[in-house]
Amino acid sequence: MSAETKSPVGTRTPPVYAFVGNPNCGKSTLFNALTGLKQKVGNYPGVTVEKKIGETYSQHGHPIKIIDLPGAYSLAARSPDEAVLRDVLLGRREDTPQPDRIVCILDASNLERNLYLVHQILDLGRPVILALNMMDLAAKAGLEIRVARLEKELGIPVIPCEAANGKGIVELRLAMSRTDLPLARHAWDVPAAIAPAVSELAASLHENDGKAPLSARAEALLLLTDQDTVRVTGSKPLHPRTCEIFRSWQKRWEGEGTDWAGTLVSSRYDAIGSLCSRILVRKTNLGPNVSDRIDQVVTHPVWGWLVLVGIMSLLFLSIFTLAEYPMNFIDARIAALGDWVKSAMPQGDLRNLITDGAIAGVGGVLVFLPQILILFLFIGLLESTGYMARAAFIMDRLMSRVGLNGRSFIPLLSSYACAIPGIMATRTIEDRKDRLTTILVAPLMSCSARLPVYLLMISALVPGERVPLLTKAGVMVLMYALGTFGAFGFAWLFKRTLLKGEPPLMIMELPPYRLPRVRDIAQHMAERAWMFLKNAGTVILAISIVLWFLSAYPKAPDGAPPSQQLAQSFAGRAGHALEPAIKPIGFDWQIGIGLITSLAAREVFVSTMGVVFNSEGADESTTPLRQSLLKAKWPDGRPLFTPLVCLTLMIFYVFAMQCMSTLVVVKRETASWRWPLFQVAYMTGTAWVVCFIVYQTGHLLGF
Amino acid sequence: MSALQKLSELTVGTHALVREFPKQGSAFLRLREMGLMPGTTLTLVRTAPLGDPLEIKVRGYNLTLRKSEAEHILVEATNPSPP
Repeated sequence: MSAETKSPVGTRTPPVYAFVGNPNCGKSTLFNALTGLKQKVGNYPGVTVEKKIGETYSQHGHPIKIIDLPGAYSLAARSPDEAVLRDVLLGRREDTPQPDRIVCILDASNLERNLYLVHQILDLGRPVILALNMMDLAAKAGLEIRVARLEKELGIPVIPCEAANGKGIVELRLAMSRTDLPLARHAWDVPAAIAPAVSELAASLHENDGKAPLSARAEALLLLTDQDTVRVTGSKPLHPRTCEIFRSWQKRWEGEGTDWAGTLVSSRYDAIGSLCSRILVRKTNLGPNVSDRIDQVVTHPVWGWLVLVGIMSLLFLSIFTLAEYPMNFIDARIAALGDWVKSAMPQGDLRNLITDGAIAGVGGVLVFLPQILILFLFIGLLESTGYMARAAFIMDRLMSRVGLNGRSFIPLLSSYACAIPGIMATRTIEDRKDRLTTILVAPLMSCSARLPVYLLMISALVPGERVPLLTKAGVMVLMYALGTFGAFGFAWLFKRTLLKGEPPLMIMELPPYRLPRVRDIAQHMAERAWMFLKNAGTVILAISIVLWFLSAYPKAPDGAPPSQQLAQSFAGRAGHALEPAIKPIGFDWQIGIGLITSLAAREVFVSTMGVVFNSEGADESTTPLRQSLLKAKWPDGRPLFTPLVCLTLMIFYVFAMQCMSTLVVVKRETASWRWPLFQVAYMTGTAWVVCFIVYQTGHLLGF
Repeated sequence: MSALQKLSELTVGTHALVREFPKQGSAFLRLREMGLMPGTTLTLVRTAPLGDPLEIKVRGYNLTLRKSEAEHILVEATNPSPP
């Protein structure tokens, strides 16, 4: 039809298709069905939006490249996901080629709203294929779609599919193989009130920003509803002249009282409404459907809570207990590997580097995998069935108290097990500031690595060999409560100061319940695990080796006990250097060593104390270690581990950012070192201040 | 014809027609893009167990929004007595 339909299918460079659609339209299932395992998953540089590129073949065997863009409701971006979609389609991103052609995937059972995004995309003047997914669900909902009529009306291929049942994939591939994709017949009248502005902006975008005429018009229309609130790194800014024209029109409209954005949106919906009246036949209303009936229980004021508590307990228990078996298995394998190397290699520094540095470090990375996999299995199930949105719906009111929304609930809950999967799960939070706030406070939730520290301190806190169960439980609950209140308190504070933004929204679709797709979930889990290993794992490994080095060098004379070795190592010296800072909260340099080595993982504190105080078998049980701790003294003879110090130490571990692995993941998820560093400062700062108050007050009261 | 009332004060189960809709604010622009605007019919499906947010059915799908937004949207109930 026009010059823009020229297609490179069959030529040397494979054509680039973009897959675009609303969330919950089955886009990923379709993408997976076409590309199989030929996918590359990464990140758009500078933002944590998943970049998925896959490859498939045309019917003639020529390669076709597909970019699976994030799900979006509109090109007027409100989240980083939507901003990436917009910028890739408009060719604003330098790191991604502008797609030649676009496949719009629609949920056929929810056509009107799905067509809104399509309507915006047709403005772009690129060849488009419509894939009407979930045709079976539409039929079940009593909707008949006249596909041939829609094809005729728009003048572009319309493919009915059921991606979940593998239907329509062949037809879609056939359409994608066409060399002569037509442009859509997409004549709609821009409302008179804003038409002159659109032409003026389009002219400037063409002249000053160098856009092709059609996409200049599309961008001009977009500017009216998208004030570029979500700027993401990696996209090119607009020419100042274009911005100036837009501002002057805005001023004029404000004076006249013209609702420019509203007018534009309604004129699009008017066009969609009239199209739907011709292609959509609504049969008799079938009454409440399955989803409505499920929701009557799941969001019920009483049953809803029971279901939520039940599912969350299951999630929590699985991460906590089920993950233990593979984690123990990994620990045992790693230990066995270390022993094998020890027996196979001559004694020396190289052997220690391999066993205590590298192998232990690999173990420290791998041990996170079971929890990450289990959490993402659950998240995958909850997302794909549609329950995730219901959980957010139920929890929203509570989360809104601290300025967050319901989406933050699952990441925070998961952080009780381990902050790493919790932080990785924050990608479901759309709003950037809400997401960042959740990431910042997630490590305050008491994770399972703090448990050994709490247990050791509780055993040293109470006189007598056996800790009364009630005391143990009471202190534990106190620590968990302290962390939880801390997390919510800081979330409240951050949302009011540092990350102040628009009032939080809860505009969210509650998609119909669907059966989960095992293959999609498995693929998602594998992607997450691989992403963790590749990006965070390498750094965590490096840090583990550095920490090992710090405690192994410089060497003590041969035959010196391990405690002497540690005392005179770099870590030991650092402990001494740290003492002036931690003396006001009741800790000496030996505890300081523990604080440093436990940066690798909090539970390392326990084994370090075992080495420092020369307690054999400390790993097996806390009893002998407890004895050694109680014997420890300051140089002036005062006991070191008084009950007050034990309590202070626990409080320190509640708040302090004692986990390098978490920091690496935060860096990865926020795309900068700024936020993890801030996290260290505010968390460890808070820990010190709270401990100072507790210790000094306790001291004055004579404890 | 019944009088205008706030969407946030509608009885659960009521069908209603949107009459007045705020012009400003990114939340309302997004709601428009999701298909909620003057002239749209909706049904208030339920409120969350703690009373907020609301769930409405609009253009054949279910959408949630908080009361803080819903109280700016004026609607006219089309069947005052819920079915």
